[in-house]
Amino acid sequence: MSGDGTPVIEFRDVGLTYPGPPAVHALHPCDLSIAGGDFVTVVGPSGSGKSTLLNIAGLLDTPTHGRYLLDGIDTTALSASHLAALRGRRIGFVFQAFHLLPHRSAQENVELAMVYQAVPRRLRRLRAAAVLDRVGLGHRAAALPTQLSGGERQRVAIARALVAEPSLLLCDEPTGNLDSATAASVLALLDELHRDGMTIVVITHDAEVARHGQRTVTIRDGVLSDPARHRGEL
Amino acid sequence: MRQGRSIRGRSRLALRDLLSEAVAGMLQRPARAVLTALGTVLGVGSFIAVLGLTATAASQIDTRFNALTATEVGVVDVGSGNAAAPALSFTEDAEARISRLNGVQAAGVYWNVRLGPEDGVRAAPVGKANGADAQTQVIAASPGIWPAARAGFAQGRGFDDFHDRHRQAVAVIGSATAARLGITTLHTRPAVFIGGSSFTVIGILEDVERKPELLMSVTVPRSVAERTWGTPSGEGARMIISTELGAAGQIAEEAALALRPEHPEYFRVTPPPDPRSLRTAVSDDLSQLFLLLAGVCLVIGAVGIANTTLVAVMERTGEIGLRRALGARGIHITSQFLAESTALGLVGGLVGTSIGTVVVVSVAAAKRWTPVLDPATLAVAPALGLATGLLAGLYPAWRASRIPPVEALRR
Repeated sequence: MSGDGTPVIEFRDVGLTYPGPPAVHALHPCDLSIAGGDFVTVVGPSGSGKSTLLNIAGLLDTPTHGRYLLDGIDTTALSASHLAALRGRRIGFVFQAFHLLPHRSAQENVELAMVYQAVPRRLRRLRAAAVLDRVGLGHRAAALPTQLSGGERQRVAIARALVAEPSLLLCDEPTGNLDSATAASVLALLDELHRDGMTIVVITHDAEVARHGQRTVTIRDGVLSDPARHRGEL
Repeated sequence: MRQGRSIRGRSRLALRDLLSEAVAGMLQRPARAVLTALGTVLGVGSFIAVLGLTATAASQIDTRFNALTATEVGVVDVGSGNAAAPALSFTEDAEARISRLNGVQAAGVYWNVRLGPEDGVRAAPVGKANGADAQTQVIAASPGIWPAARAGFAQGRGFDDFHDRHRQAVAVIGSATAARLGITTLHTRPAVFIGGSSFTVIGILEDVERKPELLMSVTVPRSVAERTWGTPSGEGARMIISTELGAAGQIAEEAALALRPEHPEYFRVTPPPDPRSLRTAVSDDLSQLFLLLAGVCLVIGAVGIANTTLVAVMERTGEIGLRRALGARGIHITSQFLAESTALGLVGGLVGTSIGTVVVVSVAAAKRWTPVLDPATLAVAPALGLATGLLAGLYPAWRASRIPPVEALRR
């Protein structure tokens, strides 16, 4: 994460329009700045453009308008392979559907995040074990996803997102598939990571989840509204 | 703004990781992997079995060929039909002329004697010929016929130069003919009657390796036959030459000139068949169809792998999206699916090679043959499976890499 005051995420007039006809403005050009260590929640109804925002921030999609700087790096002109490298090293993803490989153990699922970084196998094992310990699943390292509860699966997914030591943790409805008690424990883990200095962006339509963020950005019909910007804080 | 700050190159996937990911992907659904590899197993197995069995059979043909046929040269008198040529192109010293060639072991001239309608082979001087005469052929031969034809005698011996030179009325009969004529022993100095002439039987053949028809015949010296029935007509005379191993080809080239330097065209020489062409003929006849079949199996195997890999790509779209999110480049996704299909092909190739080898060895053991398998074939076969898997995986792997990460994660 950025320790020199450079925002981790900086949107400069970033927008995404799918060419038609008719053209669809998935995200209207907007500015957004998220500093290192921030915990930001993005809220909005279904189809409002939350996922588009997350995809652009996660370098999974490319904006058709404006420039996006991640950790100060202008990603606009980067090649697909450089974007993949940035994605792997600087961004950790947590998905609503967990996206764990069903035939791999928790440990192997976490290790997968380091496979494309050419981290030596032995180091991968050590780091994966350490991160699983950190999320409280050290004792479940050998379990298959089918042997884990929903909350445990999401913790494995969070461990996988953290193991490459990213600057940014992007969470897409991380508690969407969990009951309230399990969701609370996952949110507590995110709070703990935030306290340790991790930059976290959580996309949600759950007001309870949104309250965990320091700052909430709303989005509706592709139009981003950042109260902090309106207040002139940024 | 710091363009390119801290971008330490691209994502990398170590070869070892690629292989272990491929194996893990393959083992996710072991039953499906086995069924998918089955086409390649059949194709490569057929390939090995066809080539192995053909080589084994050809080697058996070679063995038989070498034992006898490779040392035999045949010469046919084709000049006797020519008005300017003598009635018999083989001179009296034809055997001696041929025997002077290096590598000749023995040679003998022979022809079938044409008897008149009233003439027949009888065991007694008078009376109607019994049933034997219709089946008993009279052959005129020079003394060299016995070693050249590799004749073995049950009793007595063959006639020699003395008998031939002095036109002795002697005969050698085959064991089957002896039985028909009621001749069981030579101690009584039996005779056979051909037409009006009697011939003392001096030998009864037991076995003939090269001219089995001698066993069914009465053989008399050529000089006697010429005097009694004249020179051969119709089919003409022949010579059989027994050579040392490896000499037959050379002798076949020289025989006509050695027999009649002034008229080599009077003879048609038949060299032994070339074992290589014989083997090729066997290979051509037997294996082409089966190789085609093996090719069809391989194509079916390839289609199976392609189909399964394509289905796997569709099923694992979410996984593809996850890997892209974790930093995988398109080439990494392509490599992974390609490695999986190639591994399937290789496994199919290895299993097919083993099964094909077992088939060849089993058939050879059942037939009491020596199994013959070219080591190059064994090396090529798994590579064939590997290439099948690689080619089959190209399109699905390419498609996998083309799925946009966002779309992949949505599924």
